[in-house]
Amino acid sequence: MTAELLIGVGVMLVKMAVALAVALGLAAYMILLERKLLGRFQVRYGPNRVGYFGLLQPLADGLKMLLKEDIIPDGVDRRIFLVAPAVVAGMALFAFMLVPFGETLTILGHAVPQVIVRTNVGLLLVLALSSLAVYGLALGAWTSDNKYSLLGGIRGAAQMISYELALGLSLVPVVMRARSLDLSDIVAAQSGLPFAVTEPFAFLLFIIAALAETKRIPFDLPEAENELQAGFHTEYSGMRFALFFVGEYVNMVLLGALIAVFFLGGWHGPILPPIVWLGIKVLAVPVFLIWTRASLPRLRYDQLMALGWKVLVPLALLNVLLTGAILVAAA
Amino acid sequence: MADEKHSLLGAVIEGAAGLAGSYAATLTHLFRKPVTEQYPEYKRPMPARTRGRIILTRSPDGNERCVACYLCSGACPVNCISMQSEEGENGRRQAAWFRINFARCIYCGLCEEACPTLALQLTPEFAFCKDDIADFVYEKEQLLVDHGGKHPDYDFYAHAGIAAGTPKGSHIDEDEPVDVKSIMP
Repeated sequence: MTAELLIGVGVMLVKMAVALAVALGLAAYMILLERKLLGRFQVRYGPNRVGYFGLLQPLADGLKMLLKEDIIPDGVDRRIFLVAPAVVAGMALFAFMLVPFGETLTILGHAVPQVIVRTNVGLLLVLALSSLAVYGLALGAWTSDNKYSLLGGIRGAAQMISYELALGLSLVPVVMRARSLDLSDIVAAQSGLPFAVTEPFAFLLFIIAALAETKRIPFDLPEAENELQAGFHTEYSGMRFALFFVGEYVNMVLLGALIAVFFLGGWHGPILPPIVWLGIKVLAVPVFLIWTRASLPRLRYDQLMALGWKVLVPLALLNVLLTGAILVAAA
Repeated sequence: MADEKHSLLGAVIEGAAGLAGSYAATLTHLFRKPVTEQYPEYKRPMPARTRGRIILTRSPDGNERCVACYLCSGACPVNCISMQSEEGENGRRQAAWFRINFARCIYCGLCEEACPTLALQLTPEFAFCKDDIADFVYEKEQLLVDHGGKHPDYDFYAHAGIAAGTPKGSHIDEDEPVDVKSIMP
């Protein structure tokens, strides 16, 4: 019995280490990819000095951030100020434990699911974790004792409220079709057609809502460099500043993983091995996000609220009704 | 109602076309060659009259052009030029020492405009960093070059000056001195 338990714990630790390494590595190189791609979108090269094609740039950036002074201004609420960046990065990393990487493997007679935690409320947990990340942002901004940060934090919180509803509602049709909240079951339900094909409106709504959730252009109002300096992370420096960015980029990768799982059929795909398909799908989303960043301007604040409450939420509700009608008609 | 619905649909289509347009524009940029000039590997050829590092040039015959007239020093708005004049072996005025503090120089080019012999010239060279600010004080040996800069054929002493070697009447466009007694009425 104890041997069984030890093996279980060991396998769990290995899976966690792999997921952590992949998530952090991807996040680091996502920064490079973003800078390179954004450069090419703007007809320039992007970083190409550190290592071949700038491949060591994330390493250099990380080293620089580690060596920078960690400035804590007077007047901040120290405890919350110090913890806030970790909340943002931590929640993004936590959500990775719910993402399934492939079918359940059978190694030496043991069933090893390729997911760290498989629960029957996976989808709800993912949504909860992504909402919690906003606390890191809002609290970090609030405790910074800086009006720009405060404005950024308020915007972040308000934006989260307006988009969380549409985000959740856009996933309801997916749950209705998969008949499960378990992420592995949702992927299994897409072994035929991916939900992006059968639920195109839900797919579109989820992408728009998730764009707002990652707080990137065109919904980067909490940061809004040209109005709010750097918004919620104005007062942060060194590694804590970097943690906010790790959070943002892990979030991008996570979003790619979630869209792959919810709408693009996870690891299902012809010819290529499942893990490659998952990788392609996970990376396609951040590339699209970067492309969006290069293409679109930032929305005005009232436009963003109006879009969230007056357009996305009603559309998502209509879509739920539509999917229900289709399912009833089919049955 | 139907009309309103049509206008709403039209607005949605128009908006979607607008978004698609900006995505298409950035996508075409992705396949263009970047306009970036990779600086240390590629140095853009600067125009000949770019105001960079200052040099002291020589005449075609190899003599120093500078006659230590102090005009550049006087014209300099930041007082970064200093010198001491002396008389050379051939009777010409020259600078005993000539010093430009490039840490002060603002590369305005007023010294070049003031120079009557075209000796002092600004070159397109703009990148000469130093670790020590004292190294920016250039002495005459560092400023002197062995060419004529922007005016390679010009020789001040061919046009003016009565120093040794170029007596009166021997210059270009100059008549022989007239014996005043020969033109008396």
